[in-house]
Amino acid sequence: MKPPLFRYQAPKTLKEAVIALASDPDAMVLAGGQSLLPALNFRLASPSLLVDIQHIDELKGISIAHGQIIVKAMTRHRELELDERVRQANPLIAETMAHVAHIPIRNRGTVVGSLCHADGAAEVPLVLILLGGSVVVEGPSGRREIEADKFFRFHLSTARRRDEIAVEARFPVLPAGSGWAFDELTRRHGDYAIAGVGAVVRLDAGGHANDIRLAACGVASRPIRLLEAEKLLSGTALGEAELKAAGKAAADLVSAPDDMHATNAYRRRVVAALVRRMVAKAAARARTRQ
Amino acid sequence: MTSRRLKRRFAETAEDPTLQVSLTVNGELIERTASVRMLLSDFLRHELGLTGTHVGCEHGICGCCTVLIDGKAARSCLTLVAQADGTEVTTIEALAAEDGKLHPIQQAFKESHALQCGYCTPGMIMNIFGRFNEPEPLDLSDQGIRTMLSGNLCRCTGYVNIVAAVRRAAQLLGRV
Repeated sequence: MKPPLFRYQAPKTLKEAVIALASDPDAMVLAGGQSLLPALNFRLASPSLLVDIQHIDELKGISIAHGQIIVKAMTRHRELELDERVRQANPLIAETMAHVAHIPIRNRGTVVGSLCHADGAAEVPLVLILLGGSVVVEGPSGRREIEADKFFRFHLSTARRRDEIAVEARFPVLPAGSGWAFDELTRRHGDYAIAGVGAVVRLDAGGHANDIRLAACGVASRPIRLLEAEKLLSGTALGEAELKAAGKAAADLVSAPDDMHATNAYRRRVVAALVRRMVAKAAARARTRQ
Repeated sequence: MTSRRLKRRFAETAEDPTLQVSLTVNGELIERTASVRMLLSDFLRHELGLTGTHVGCEHGICGCCTVLIDGKAARSCLTLVAQADGTEVTTIEALAAEDGKLHPIQQAFKESHALQCGYCTPGMIMNIFGRFNEPEPLDLSDQGIRTMLSGNLCRCTGYVNIVAAVRRAAQLLGRV
């Protein structure tokens, strides 16, 4: 199918883009287009104006400063995945990015675009939630930073207003001495996750978890922190019994209904297994980094 | 005669805005006026007659329409030609030599009987070509090759011979 009629603008500066977006309530931002183009082809989206931000130099590039990896709006998935500085600063990111669709999609799709698309099963929003990052948006009334917890509202819905452009995402670097892990279950590599779990674990000298963060995607209307499971594991030596209890607590947060890919009951089992495995893997890595 | 209802639902073609695009396709500079909503796949096929780029699903699942944009594999059905303005596009037509000598990846697909109807083949080859052009190391295990090909669907041969062809191509290109 072909996209419906729309007008198209490709401004060179952010200022012009903000004005263009605010000029029309049915305008949409086009970055990499890897989610928007299918939606247009299916006629699920019918914007009257597309504001293409690909020529705006101030929206390009990755920088690392003050413990934050700053990813500008036009940064493609593959750029972030292969960036050696990012790999050093937070290896969780590259490990997770390898699961985002396929390389040809990652070559074009943008990291910030995936955050704004906010698919409940997508990996990048999970990373932002897991690390406690944020999204910076700019609109006619200025710039504001939105914490990850407040950014994702529902499947395909975020706290970004229609007249705001997400200009950058901020991913914290991995805390010193922490281990990390991410994995997901899919029918084929690159598909949306039936369920995915990410973990960041730090251990004290006695091998007890003194800082643990867990998040899941594909199990609810948005990526979620697995707070109850974190609480059960915190301060423990991450033994078999604790991992099992944490898996069960995580499973209780699965709210996704049965669909063509998996039942709710199956997703619960997948999440519980992934929590056990990811915590164990992250803890093993933390031991080698101490 | 167009009914009034239809007219209300569908905008007039005259309302379809156009823009000037200028891009390099297989080494040749192309300057055209195109509809702003024209997909790169349609531009290549309908405007330039480069029908080697196939169109399967038109929503990014099948991978048939894969081309290189600035040297990197991309879905031409998920790219507006407007987005490709100023870029360098490479299609399957550019791979074989002028005298018809096949590119090593094409040769490997031929030798390994890695195609049946051939509809998915241009996309497969452009994806692999793009991946081989990257400096990142290749995982040439069965699983690694299947992951590499995960964005390309074949509905007739199955993947055994395609996996073999990718491995053979890596040999021919000295990537093992």
